[in-house]
Amino acid sequence: MKTRYSAYYALPYLFWIVLFVIAPLGLLLVQSFNNIGGHWTLANYQTYFKSGTYLRMTFNSLWFSFLVTMVTLIIAYPAAYIMTKLKHAQFWLMLIILPTWINLLLKAYAFIGLFAQDGSVNQFLTLIGIGPQQIMFTNVAFMIVAAYIELPFMMMPIFNALRELDPSLINAARDLGANSRQTFMKVIFPYSLSGVRAGVQAVFIPTLSLFMLTRLIGGNRVITLGTAIEEHFLVTQNWGMGSTIGIILIIAMFLTMYLTRERKGRGKQHAK
Amino acid sequence: MQSERFKAPWLKLYLALVFILMYLPIAYLIIYSFNRGATMTAFTGFSWQHYLDMFNDLRLMQILVNTLIIALLSALLATIIGTFGALLIYQMKRTGIKNIFLSLNNILLVSPDVIIGASFLILFTMVGFQLGFGSVLMAHIAFSIPIVVLMVLPRFHDMDTTLIDAAYDLGANRWQVLSRVILPYAWPGILAGFFMAITYSLDDFAVTFFVTGNGFSTLSVEIYSRARQGVDLSINALSALLFVLSLMLVVVYYFIATGVATRSSKKAGHGQLKVVDPQ
Repeated sequence: MKTRYSAYYALPYLFWIVLFVIAPLGLLLVQSFNNIGGHWTLANYQTYFKSGTYLRMTFNSLWFSFLVTMVTLIIAYPAAYIMTKLKHAQFWLMLIILPTWINLLLKAYAFIGLFAQDGSVNQFLTLIGIGPQQIMFTNVAFMIVAAYIELPFMMMPIFNALRELDPSLINAARDLGANSRQTFMKVIFPYSLSGVRAGVQAVFIPTLSLFMLTRLIGGNRVITLGTAIEEHFLVTQNWGMGSTIGIILIIAMFLTMYLTRERKGRGKQHAK
Repeated sequence: MQSERFKAPWLKLYLALVFILMYLPIAYLIIYSFNRGATMTAFTGFSWQHYLDMFNDLRLMQILVNTLIIALLSALLATIIGTFGALLIYQMKRTGIKNIFLSLNNILLVSPDVIIGASFLILFTMVGFQLGFGSVLMAHIAFSIPIVVLMVLPRFHDMDTTLIDAAYDLGANRWQVLSRVILPYAWPGILAGFFMAITYSLDDFAVTFFVTGNGFSTLSVEIYSRARQGVDLSINALSALLFVLSLMLVVVYYFIATGVATRSSKKAGHGQLKVVDPQ
């Protein structure tokens, strides 16, 4: 009954898929096998796996992303949980979303002022007797700013998952004699895991590629996979090596998605 | 019950603290935009000076106009292309093919933006496309299309197919069915997609940074290069301006989204303003 009248209208969309989805990824893959002279080679991958610097950089990037993810999770989970108990939950959700609409560069820029040698944070530290510290261009500064930027993206999915939880399940747990702690561990947390997984994906993967933060806040001391890619593409012009690191980043992305994938039926087993 | 009531003030205090920390840096930026001095560390008095500086900075104003043109134009084109893409996916009968298309659609949403930027740079260089306004515009259209599709598709799925059958029975041709029945029904989703595309474009830094070349710049790229040189309070003034703009966009979007939600299922975007991290 339904006639296909959109085939022509959808031509630009099909062009888009071929030209901007498939082709760029294919080109990136091909480029990763090219040396500077444009010849087919495995040298980039050999360099990557043989020289300790690239592997150490990758490990560092993964480690920092992991830490940032954990920090945001620890802050976001209780906050999202409390939010579900509030009356105007939708309004509070808007308040979480609003900062994500503000340009990331501006947020990073704010911290340049806050973390400066005579900046507000140091003034505060002096006031409480700790004294001024070097904050800018440290690993901690990078992690604070990254966690700040990623926090809403962790809170949103957890909040959504917790809100979808059927309250009668909690009542049932209480009726069956579970205390608050048991209710949380056996009912609420297992059911909110889908939100935690989505949050971990939404924070871990982008943090791997936050090159502007390492430049502005980390002072090039923290090198992420993203920084390395930017460096090879725009500074040293070694596109082959940059593409190789890009492929590594894509693999890291798929691995993260695989590890945090929805495991069907597990939530139900817990509930039993 | 009692224990929960007892804990409540502490819990609310914690939440308040999280919200304060979330907004503190933004408030800090905006407050210092009114500083009479030239630093972001000591507030010496109120002044509009940095706003005057900002509006007199012709380069910055030119870049602001460029950024808005890119945002509106890319959002418009992405919305048109994405809406018909969603229609195509909606009409696919075999779920296997449909899922393949949905996966292809979502690749750019989940890719880290350095990857998008780097691979687009390779693409533009390979085909010999000059970097500048055109390449930035095309890149922005490209990364905005998938979110439009995701916003529009649920509206199509919610649509009662008997509406279309009825239109045909009453003698409408294909174009009339599309323009009088299908598109008006999907309108709230299309509008939501358009706004998402605008914010994606305004927010983007990394992809633009890769494909912008030397001559052309957007606000994000300009802020980045100025911030690397140190504090410049006209950036604070600009951030206050952009904050008001974002606030307006959020309010407009909120009304669209609630409009979508009241008329269709909960899934159609309500409470999920931003699906994927846009950095």
